[in-house]
This record gives sequence, C-alpha cells and structure tokens, in this order.
Amino acid sequence: MTTETPSEALLQVRDLTVTFATPRGPLDAVRSLDLDLEPGGALGIVGESGSGKSMTSLAIMGLQPRAARRTGSVRLRGQELVGMSEAELRRVRGDRVAMVFQDPLSSLNPYYTVGLQIEEAYRAHRPGVTRREAHKVAIAALERVHIRDAAVRVNHYPHQFSGGMRQRVMIAMALSTEPELLIADEPTTALDVTVQAQILDLLQEIRHETGTGLVLITHDLAVVSEITDHIVVMKDGVCVERGAVEQIFTSPQHPYTQALLDAVPRIDDEIGELRAVAPSATPTNGGPA
Amino acid sequence: MMPSQTDLTAARTTGSAVESGTGDTAEAPAADQAAGALRAGAGGTWQALRHDVGAMLGLGYIVLVTLVAIFAPVLTSISGWTPYEFDQTAIDPNLGGMPIGPWGGMGAEHWLGVEPGSGRDIFARIVYGARVSMSIALSATALTTVLGVSLGLVAGYFGGRVDLVISRIMDFLMAFPALIFMIAVLSALPASNRSGLLVVVISVFGWPYLARIVRGQTMSLAQREFVEAARAAGASGTRIVFREILPNLRSTIIVMSTLAVPGYIGTEAGLSFLGVGVVPPAPSWGQMIAASVKWYAVDPAYFVVPGVCLFLLVLSFTVLGDRLRAVVDAQEGR
Repeated sequence: MTTETPSEALLQVRDLTVTFATPRGPLDAVRSLDLDLEPGGALGIVGESGSGKSMTSLAIMGLQPRAARRTGSVRLRGQELVGMSEAELRRVRGDRVAMVFQDPLSSLNPYYTVGLQIEEAYRAHRPGVTRREAHKVAIAALERVHIRDAAVRVNHYPHQFSGGMRQRVMIAMALSTEPELLIADEPTTALDVTVQAQILDLLQEIRHETGTGLVLITHDLAVVSEITDHIVVMKDGVCVERGAVEQIFTSPQHPYTQALLDAVPRIDDEIGELRAVAPSATPTNGGPA
Repeated sequence: MMPSQTDLTAARTTGSAVESGTGDTAEAPAADQAAGALRAGAGGTWQALRHDVGAMLGLGYIVLVTLVAIFAPVLTSISGWTPYEFDQTAIDPNLGGMPIGPWGGMGAEHWLGVEPGSGRDIFARIVYGARVSMSIALSATALTTVLGVSLGLVAGYFGGRVDLVISRIMDFLMAFPALIFMIAVLSALPASNRSGLLVVVISVFGWPYLARIVRGQTMSLAQREFVEAARAAGASGTRIVFREILPNLRSTIIVMSTLAVPGYIGTEAGLSFLGVGVVPPAPSWGQMIAASVKWYAVDPAYFVVPGVCLFLLVLSFTVLGDRLRAVVDAQEGR
C-alpha cells in the first residue's frame, strides 16, 4: 500500500504521523493517516476541535510546529514532500499547494494593501515578473473571485473589506499562482451563514473552472457535503471512517460519524447535540503515559 | 534609552523615559490588536499631532537646533566670531578675566556674551556645541535602533537558543553599572575621535531597552495568522521577519527612538561635564556647563545659556516622544 505510487494521484498521503515530544512522553497529534486525492477532486476532512485535522493540513505542507516530528509519506503528483529541504518546500508552498485559513482578517497583513499582498505572493514564485504584470494578475485574481471594481479595490487595505470579501481576497491570493492543490482550513467558520454559502459556491466554481484539487477541512458536515466527493472523519488524530459523501451520510459505520451527523441542525428536525462517544469506540491514541 | 544613572543633567526626563519603556513592555501582548490599526500610518499620526501645541513647540525647537547645527559655519560668519577665537578686548584682566558689560558681556559684538577668562564667543560655541550634541545623540539613536530592532526581531521570531543567548546579553547589559564603565573606558582610551567612541559606548548599553520591547511584540505578531499564511505561501524566515513583522512595529520603533534621544543628549552632556566626553577645545554644551561652574557666582549668564539650551532640547524630545506615544496608543486602541 505504501510502495506503489500511481502517478495520476494529485495527493497521496501514507501513514502520516505528527508527533509532539511532551514531558510525559510522545503524543501523536496525527497518527497513521492515509489520504488520496485525484487531480481536480475534492476531499473533506471532518472532525471536532483537536481531532488533528488542521495539523494534518499543516503537515502536508511541512508547516507543523518546530516541536513536532513528521513521519510517513506525502506525495504530490508522485513527488515526496517528507524529507524535502526547507528551500525546496518553500517553492512548493504557495506555488503548487496553496492554503486558505480560517480567519480572513488576521490572515492578511494589516500594513499592506490587498493588491500588494497578492502581488508579493505571486512574484515570490515567479521571479522576473514585473510589478506592472503582477498588478494585472492581482486585479484578475480579484475579478475571478467576483470582487466588483477590482481595479479600485486592489489598492484597499484589509480593514476596508468585509469578512466574506476578505476571504475572497485570501482565495484570490491562493489562486494567483494557479496551484494544483488548494487546502482550505475552516474557510467558512468565521463567516455568517449566507456568506458561507457564497464562499462555498465560489470554491466549487473555481474547482470546476481550474481543475484545482481541493482539501476542505471543517467541523461542519453540512459544509463538506456541499462540495466534496469524499470524506475522511477524524477523531483524536486518527481516521475513524472514510468514504464517498453519500455513503457517509446514508450509512455511517462509526458511532462517532453517526454522532456528528446527528449534530447537524436540520430545519425539520428537533435540536440534537454532539453526543459523547465512549473512548473505546475509537482506536486509542498513544497519548501521555 | 539609557539607564537613569547614566544621566546627570536630565535625570528627571530620562526617568520618565525609562518608565514609559517599562509600560510598553507590559503592553506588549496587546500588540495583537495594535497591528490592526497601524496602516492608518503616518498621515493619521501627523494629523493628530499637528493640533498638539506641546508637540509642535517641541518639534519646532528640535528643527531650530538642527538647522543651527547644520548651518553653524554660516551663523558664525554672520556673528563674526569663531568658537576658537580669543577676544582680549571683551574681558577685563583687572577683574580676573570677567567679561566687560552686563549679562556676561552680551551685546551687539558678542550676542550671547563671552567666556570669562578667554573671551571666546559664547554664541559661536553654542552653535558648534549643538552640532556635537545633536550628532552624537542622533548617531547613538540610529545605532541603538538598528541593533535593538534587529536583535529584538531575531530573538522574538526565532526563539529557542537564539532568544536565550540574546536575552541573557540584554539582562547582563541592563544590570551593568554602565556609567562607571563608560567613564572608565573613555578615560582609558586615547582621546582621538572621542565622538565616535561616545556613540559606540552609549549604543552598546542602550540597545537592550528597545530590543526587549521589539522582542515581545515580535513574539505576539509571530503568532498571528498572516505570518502563518505567509509561511504557507512559501515565504522564508528572513522575508517574514522583515516584510511581514517589521512594518507592523513601525510606530513602536519611532516612539521608542524619539524617547531615547533626550537620554543620549543628557548622557553626552553628562560625560562631557565629567571630562570624559568631547575633548576641548571642541565645544560641547555639557563641557560649557562644566566650565561655567567655577564662575556661576560672578557670571551667571555663562551658566544659564548652555543650561537653557540643553534643558529645552531634552524637554522638546521628551514631550514630542510622549505625545507621539499617546497618539499611537490611541490609534492602536481603536
């Protein structure tokens, strides 16, 4: 399973483990995780806070905290990212794999205009591109995420945008280099529901137009069900269930998945809550001894 | 900013400057929201300061002294006396070299009077002394700012062993009896190029006060998502430090540097007063005050002129820095 690498896979993660050394012994934030994504595909990673889903996304890009150790294999179109030098990784980040974060206000540097930030992100990976060309790219990127008056807005500062607009700017910045893979870590959590829907529509549209692969990380099953084909359910750093969206929604195998599904609010349903799942129901983590 | 014990003539003002430094350290965690309002930038700060009478008077005096220092040769050619010329006709040898005329010999010939004993023109010496005071204080501020900002950024962003080493050096320098050390070093070393030596010695002991604050703010800025986002976009450590974090520290650096200048002016004057600063006959305000002490009872004007000039300069920088800080704090608190 770990040896063969079909070159058509966009992202293939095998046995990914992120370990923190704690005073009480090693602790696995992510343990033996496998992920697969075909080009243009969309994968949802679902789980509660602390389930290791964000750590997974950081570990894919080699951005795990300095205190953590990353083992296993992360292949991007067959190219191994684990063990790559920091300089090589920097060329991958932002160019081939881009990331969108949860809080669009704090993800933008308050000191620079959004245009300048997009230009800088773009020029960092396209040496030799002039300011003027990069400026055009920035305007085009803003237009692609449906920001009106992009030629004017490009010179505005982050605080002059609303939350949803800022997230569009973040997406525009991530897409400016035409990455093969876009990792969105809770991209809609900080936004209100109507804006959430707009951002999800935008991600969906971009995926269809550009063929960018998408890894969507969220705690909200309703969000993943809208735009991904496959779901990985994580709890305590391990994958407890994986499968196609319909399969997960119609016949969840794991009690935790069932509990997550029950917690999704429905308009025709009584209010449920996330039930506690007995620890024995999940494979236990290494944890503090 | 220098520890208060290094400061002699401006103890009060330096005291308040040190105090403000500690205040900023305590506020370092709040730098988080700080960055949020900074892009308002220089325009907003200037607008707010422009209506502040104290800050504008201070700025005016600083500009005046700076111009005087720059155009010192022009001014002395107009007044007709160089700082090194002896005018025996302006002093009375029968009275032990007392200046002739009231107020230390002030008049059309010597605008601010003459030195008792030698008859050198005080106006010329003040004007050239401004050069010494300003150039030493501003060079020392520039050097401490460069050292403090870069070392503070490195310690705050990279953390770990680097931070440990830099922080221990800062602790050591801040705990060191700097004034005694400065006097010892300056009197032991040869007197050539004292000004350069003064700048270096003052800066070596001055940078930790800025570095400590920059380090704290860097640590808090490094936790922000835009730094993470920059890293995810493939930015290198150096790039993140200088392009993402440094601009957000701009107002802190400006305020801290402005507040550091009066401390250095005082330190230079103090060291010159003690005889280990600028070497005579080159004029310096601290040195003039030292020379006037013997004459204060018979010729108070000789003491008053450099004293007032020095006092106003230190006061101006302190008021300006303080108002600047209030404006920036208000902007950041929005």
